[in-house]
Amino acid sequence: MFDYLFYTSLVVFLLGLIYKISTWFTRKIGILGKDITTAQRLQSAVRGIAGVIFSSKILALLEAVVLDVLLQRRVLKESVSRWLAHMLIFYGFMLLLLMHALESVVSEALFSEYYSTVNPFFFLRDFFGAMVLAGVILAAVRRYLAKPRRLRTGGMDHYAIMIVAVIMLSGIALEGLKIASHSEFTRMVEDYAGLDDEDEIKALETLWVKEYGTASPTIEAPFDAELLETGREVHESSCMDCHADAPWAFTGFATAKLIKPLALWLDERNGVTLLWYVHIIACFLGLGYLPFSKMFHLIATPISLMTSRVMGPAESLPANVVTRQIMELDACTHCGSCSLNCSAAMVFEAVGNQYILPSEKMTLLKRLATGKKIDDAQMRAIQEGVYLCTNCDRCTVRCPSGIRLKELWYSVREALLADGPPLPLVLSPFSFARGLIVQKTLTADSYTAPVARARQVVSGQFVNLMNPETSIPLNAQTGAEMQPAAKDSTYTHCFSCQSCTTVCPVVANYDDPEQVLGLLPHQIMCSLGLGLSEMASGAGMIWDCLTCYKCQENCPQQVEVCDILYRLKNTAVASIEH
Amino acid sequence: MKFALFHGCNIPARVEQYADATAAVCARLGIELVEMTAFNCCGYPARNTDHRAYVLSAAKNLAVAEQSGLDMLVMCKCCYGSLKKAEYFLNQDPELTADINHILARENLGYRNKTRVKHLLSVLYHDVGLERLKDEISKAYSGLQIAVSYGCHALRPSNVTAFDDPVSPKIFDELVETTGAFSVAWTRKLDCCGAPLTGINDQLAMDMAQKKIDSAREAGAQFICTACPYTQLQFDGVQMRLNAQSNDGKPLAPILYPQLLGLSMGIDEKTLGISKNEIDLSEITSFLMAE
Repeated sequence: MFDYLFYTSLVVFLLGLIYKISTWFTRKIGILGKDITTAQRLQSAVRGIAGVIFSSKILALLEAVVLDVLLQRRVLKESVSRWLAHMLIFYGFMLLLLMHALESVVSEALFSEYYSTVNPFFFLRDFFGAMVLAGVILAAVRRYLAKPRRLRTGGMDHYAIMIVAVIMLSGIALEGLKIASHSEFTRMVEDYAGLDDEDEIKALETLWVKEYGTASPTIEAPFDAELLETGREVHESSCMDCHADAPWAFTGFATAKLIKPLALWLDERNGVTLLWYVHIIACFLGLGYLPFSKMFHLIATPISLMTSRVMGPAESLPANVVTRQIMELDACTHCGSCSLNCSAAMVFEAVGNQYILPSEKMTLLKRLATGKKIDDAQMRAIQEGVYLCTNCDRCTVRCPSGIRLKELWYSVREALLADGPPLPLVLSPFSFARGLIVQKTLTADSYTAPVARARQVVSGQFVNLMNPETSIPLNAQTGAEMQPAAKDSTYTHCFSCQSCTTVCPVVANYDDPEQVLGLLPHQIMCSLGLGLSEMASGAGMIWDCLTCYKCQENCPQQVEVCDILYRLKNTAVASIEH
Repeated sequence: MKFALFHGCNIPARVEQYADATAAVCARLGIELVEMTAFNCCGYPARNTDHRAYVLSAAKNLAVAEQSGLDMLVMCKCCYGSLKKAEYFLNQDPELTADINHILARENLGYRNKTRVKHLLSVLYHDVGLERLKDEISKAYSGLQIAVSYGCHALRPSNVTAFDDPVSPKIFDELVETTGAFSVAWTRKLDCCGAPLTGINDQLAMDMAQKKIDSAREAGAQFICTACPYTQLQFDGVQMRLNAQSNDGKPLAPILYPQLLGLSMGIDEKTLGISKNEIDLSEITSFLMAE
């Protein structure tokens, strides 16, 4: 049964591993690598790896292995308690895996005197287990009690904590019940002690009941001192050499004490076997499901930490960047560091779109990368979320997994702009990095199209304002929601002196400003005065406003011209969204 | 003197040398700069589309500084203008303040108008003073002609930003001249650099930068001095796309004010991140006179 379960889960794990790693070379996200084939990606990966191994970059790679992977420096920079939790879980689990789970392969080969019931191994198994459990408790406290704002906990996060907790708790419970179990005691006496004298066995049992947590159906306190003395002698001659005293297994021993009232009942009902099944099934489930769960970060995150150290954006082969970006989706542990440090966090608080938070973008990108269709509302939300980003690079700098989030956003943003609906946000300074940096990587068309589409959609029915052949519809209805609020009504002071238009550097930039801009600043103030606010917010001028505030500074009537243009932009965007 | 240092979003990602040079200069002047990890975007880019998101972003920063009991030192002119304007909106509108404070309360924060927002140039000019700066200058410039770019969002609207006289400002000129350089008079000194439209209307943004560069060159400037990452990037990165080269084919290099000041204080080029500027400005050191 054990072998059957073990090999099944191992095969599932290995197939899953091969499948997941193959997706790194077959899947694509964002605009990169449209024409790059899987074969080219594999070749580039080999070339890239060889290029690192046979160059001085190997030193940087080794440094990353030691500092980032083994010592987890990037987690430490985030928080000492998170680092402690992760180190406890990682090292505790790895040591348990090697010493305990793989004892026949590792421990027995390395230590000739290895025996699981002998110290230090007997103690260490509990110690490592306690390490993992302490780490899991710290992680659970962070996720379920401390709950920092903007830290989201999803299904995979629950699973990761649960699977480790179940493996550890079932292991400890199993050990505890074995310590308390009378049938276990009897079996071990029969198998190992070599005793046939009933009195000696009774004496030994008495000692074990008193000192080592065994729950006996026949023996209970008060204990006979003489019997205990005999029991100790038997213990010393028959048990002690091969079995450390039970209290050394401190978590199991404490559990045995705790369950003592129930121990006999549990033992009679084969509790030991049941817990053994729970424990190994949880282990094998964890193993088989690992490639498909968040736990896959065990493989992907170290690779991400190493690659991000040696792959500069300038010198990397394009195919390798495509591959890395898919691999990075697996390296994300949804730890929330990016979202906790996001510069646009308050925009999220105001707007409520969860995809503004980098960690939530990653969750949706993982789904997008698998080819799952997302609905229009999600498309719009992710498009907006990816755009409401100041490109400050903090997520990349802080990511404990070394994911180059900024480069990922650059690529994904362009794909979403091309495939999604027109996005008015393109007409805001959120576009600065796109204009300054991303532009260099795009064709002229793919760079300008999103801006042109956004401009068309914001001008609404007033797209003809720029056309001198058509007349301006002065009877256009303006709904109440388009009317400026009372506090923005300084335009009523305007007496059309045109100072704003005269000093405007945008107006001055054109020979035929009205044709380019639709309405000039003073005309916009007049339109508002006439109640034509929808027309005013359809003028190209508001989107070409440099916000230099010269108009407002120079207005003899204290009309807040520039602020009003800002408000009109807000209104235009809001009217599209509704 | 102690301030909460506000980096904003552009400086850490694209103009790191501005923060490095500011830190070096402030250390020399005994100004303590406190890093606040809780600071976020000043709200400026959100203002085009969502007023409330803009004010909330700005208010969070004001509230964080307020909680630490420190005034803010801001390096970016757009961040400065954005924070000042938000402060103005909040102080004008109790309803808005209540709404914003309601959200900030979830972060255990609140805006109570206790913190003052100051731009780096104002701190150097008003809080430190030109005399103190002169004391630290060991190698003044000689024969160096500088065009100072004031930065719209610090200068205007002057009733809100209270940075300097909006028509004939002087603090940037005087700060530059303290280093021994000459601040040239140029027609587009107070104009927009075009950065707010980079990515939105690139041609217009580049036209603005081009006009400023032409004007500065015409006035005889050898360098443009900036005190804003947007302006710096506009002249540093975007200039390379323009047809703005002079007859000798060289661009007009921008230099960040703390870099200019730092060099004259004898701070080394590496600390000031001189080589991190895209357009080479190493020639500027040839104007430095040994004391």
